[in-house]
Amino acid sequence: MNFDLSEEQELLQETVKQLLANELPATHLREIFEGDTGHDPALWKGLVEMGIAGLIVPEEYGGADLELLDLAVCAEALGWGGAPGPFFGHSVACIALELAGSEAQKKSWLPRLATGDAVGTFAFGEAGGLWNPSEWTLVGGDTLTGVKLNVPTASLADLLVVGVAGGGLVLVERSASGISVEDMQGVDRSRRIDSVTFENTPCEAMPGDLAAANRVRDAALILLAADAFAAASKLVDMCVEYAKTREQFGVTIGHFQGLKHQLANMAIDIEPSRALYWYAAHAFDHIPEESERSAALAKSHISDRAMEIGRDSVEAHGGIGFTWECDVQLWFKRAMFDRAFLGTPSLHRDRIAQMSDW
Amino acid sequence: MDLSYGQEYEDFRNEVRAFLDANWPPKESATDGKSLGDIANEFREKAVDHGYLLRNIPKKYGGCEQSPDSMKAAVITEEFRKVHAPQSFGGIGPMMLVPTLLERGEEWQKEKFVAKSVRGEYQWCQGYSEPGSGSDLASLKTRADLVGDEWVINGQKIWTTTAREADFMFCLCRTEPDAPKHGGISYLLIPMDQPGIEVRPLKQMTGGADFNEVFLTDAKTPKDWIVGKRGEGWLVSRTTLKHERNGIGGAGRNDVMLAGLVSLATNAVRNGKPAIEDAEVRRQLVFIEGYMKSHEYSSFYQLTRDVNGKEPGRLGLMNKIVGTNISHHVARFALDLLGDGGLLDPSADDRSLGRVPGEARQWVTQYMYSLGIAVAGGTANIQRNVVGERGLGLPRDTFANADRSAKQ
Ligand SMILES: Cc1cc2nc3c(=O)[nH]c(=O)nc-3n(C[C@H](O)[C@H](O)[C@H](O)COP(=O)(O)OP(=O)(O)OC[C@H]3O[C@@H](n4cnc5c(N)ncnc54)[C@H](O)[C@@H]3O)c2cc1C
Repeated sequence: MNFDLSEEQELLQETVKQLLANELPATHLREIFEGDTGHDPALWKGLVEMGIAGLIVPEEYGGADLELLDLAVCAEALGWGGAPGPFFGHSVACIALELAGSEAQKKSWLPRLATGDAVGTFAFGEAGGLWNPSEWTLVGGDTLTGVKLNVPTASLADLLVVGVAGGGLVLVERSASGISVEDMQGVDRSRRIDSVTFENTPCEAMPGDLAAANRVRDAALILLAADAFAAASKLVDMCVEYAKTREQFGVTIGHFQGLKHQLANMAIDIEPSRALYWYAAHAFDHIPEESERSAALAKSHISDRAMEIGRDSVEAHGGIGFTWECDVQLWFKRAMFDRAFLGTPSLHRDRIAQMSDW
Repeated sequence: MDLSYGQEYEDFRNEVRAFLDANWPPKESATDGKSLGDIANEFREKAVDHGYLLRNIPKKYGGCEQSPDSMKAAVITEEFRKVHAPQSFGGIGPMMLVPTLLERGEEWQKEKFVAKSVRGEYQWCQGYSEPGSGSDLASLKTRADLVGDEWVINGQKIWTTTAREADFMFCLCRTEPDAPKHGGISYLLIPMDQPGIEVRPLKQMTGGADFNEVFLTDAKTPKDWIVGKRGEGWLVSRTTLKHERNGIGGAGRNDVMLAGLVSLATNAVRNGKPAIEDAEVRRQLVFIEGYMKSHEYSSFYQLTRDVNGKEPGRLGLMNKIVGTNISHHVARFALDLLGDGGLLDPSADDRSLGRVPGEARQWVTQYMYSLGIAVAGGTANIQRNVVGERGLGLPRDTFANADRSAKQ
């Protein structure tokens, strides 16, 4: 048994963190967060040059052929740095092509996605909180007519993987006719969400079935869990730093045991859950019978913990914590995204209960 | 990352299975007239001979001295558990004293105590806490003076678990009254069966009495029954405490607790249906499982780090409180599922009421016991201090560190 990251994985994570430390200082992150697009093409280019865009794309299509765990540890590093942009949607689109695409579709898209020449995303959500493949209602066929909601970074994408009724997936080019994309003004301004309306939009069915779509969803859940872990850890770190510098009553506030214990509780709540997302990511590639359940458990547990830590973090900062100016809100909102996207913790707990033998 | 055991260990698993097939449960002809305890012990000896139990205990102290291999250990535990075969003795002696002796004891001490302690022939109790010294353990006052070839001990210990059953106590005593608080303590081993020791049971809130007060009045122990040097007792006690906390905070019981909750929810009724069908109940089970699995997989991680000689980071400081937090969740949820069962006195006799209330009483006991373990081995607040100060690097408590005293 070996349950730890490899040296390569640690290096990968370190390299991403380093890139963000250099290219995404707090002031710049804030500019992007407050800007019109929530995107920094130069930063994305830097990540693409590192190989992030094609990390898990198979080698024959020009990718690095790594596993979901590798991608998830990158997601953690990106979340820690607050990285904006298309990473999440793009990664899930790549996974969808690999798991559900035809040979021709893979050949046509994966090499471009792997090099970052094309950007992908996925459109799963529908009105009424419908996220799961078995619930999708948008009717497939040669063309699509209808609306998908909460599509991550659709305005940056060249290719959309769209979920349709019956749990099928179809490919839609962003340049196809009859598509309109509208910014939904999401809470996390570093990962924008759009509504995408199709009207007789040409699309191409992917051969993958409901099971393939479910696996794509599971991969997305694990990436969200990794990001939520990062957001929570970052918030704990910010609170600790603040507690070491802010003074009241003539001492730094970290001296006060009430606050110290709050911060300790936050760390105790989140720290063990890193292993939960590692396990889910590992299971995705190596323990198929546990994969679906452990992905849902990681997402529900960690995003729940992260949101609570977000609340505690605002409190731990006092008045400044409640301001737009304070960076706590950036990761607080990441946690909000990770918690709600693809369904709330209770939704996934219900699914897990159903998958249980009790 | 690799969670599989691999061929080598699957071969080993087959060996273990073959051993168990042949030896457990034992053939009826071999057990005639023997007590259950003797049968279990005979089996244990065979298992030691085969290298399956007491693996980390050197041969000369009665173990089988296998090179550390946590995977083999895990395989053995799994297979023994499957057929309900006896495992090594647990409890205060094997879990706390033995590792301390192996790490810090004199040769003759190991020879005298280890073999019998790991076989449960010697029972131990831990004499740390005193009425005035709990979290601030280093303020302890029980005094030991060297008179001729003997230590003469006077003072009082409290909350001493299994003191009535114990043959010996490992005890922190003040031997250097002029030294600073931490430097004046020694770690003594004391025979319990002597006129200078009086043990009085303390009744717990559960109605049972696992712990006791121990009064030491000119109690005696030989001069060389000291672990570490004079004045090094604090250091030695840190070794023991680490083992105690990891014992309390282990993830090993999570599966049993979760299965217990599932069974309770299956038998309990909510809105006229089995509670296990209720959506809120189902969510709550999964909620608790999220914490349990995090804890369990974190233990895989710590094991891996340990095997590779690497530090586990902050996580290593959290095991006890993560474990007790899980027990709190389990306890609260169980009380909720128990409904009217939560009205029952946990210690009462159920002969007149039948089996079901008996189960309820066990859960009420567990409900209360989760609080006992939150206090024993260093309270939750003390754990929070440790995580805050050593894990997060926050400033150390000025009161508690004026003299470095908290039970950390
Ligand atoms: C079931 C059980 C079994 C036990 N078995 C044994 C045994 O076998 N041998 C043995 O020696 N002892 C044993 N103990 C004793 C146990 O180690 C002590 O109870 C424990 O260390 C706390 O000490 P105390 O009871 O004096 O509480 P106190 O130290 O008085 O604590 C009271 C409260 O004050 C808080 N507090 C104290 N100091 C601080 C601080 N610095 N910061 C914040 N909060 C603080 C504590 O967290 C607690 O909430 C056992 C206890 C229990 C409950």
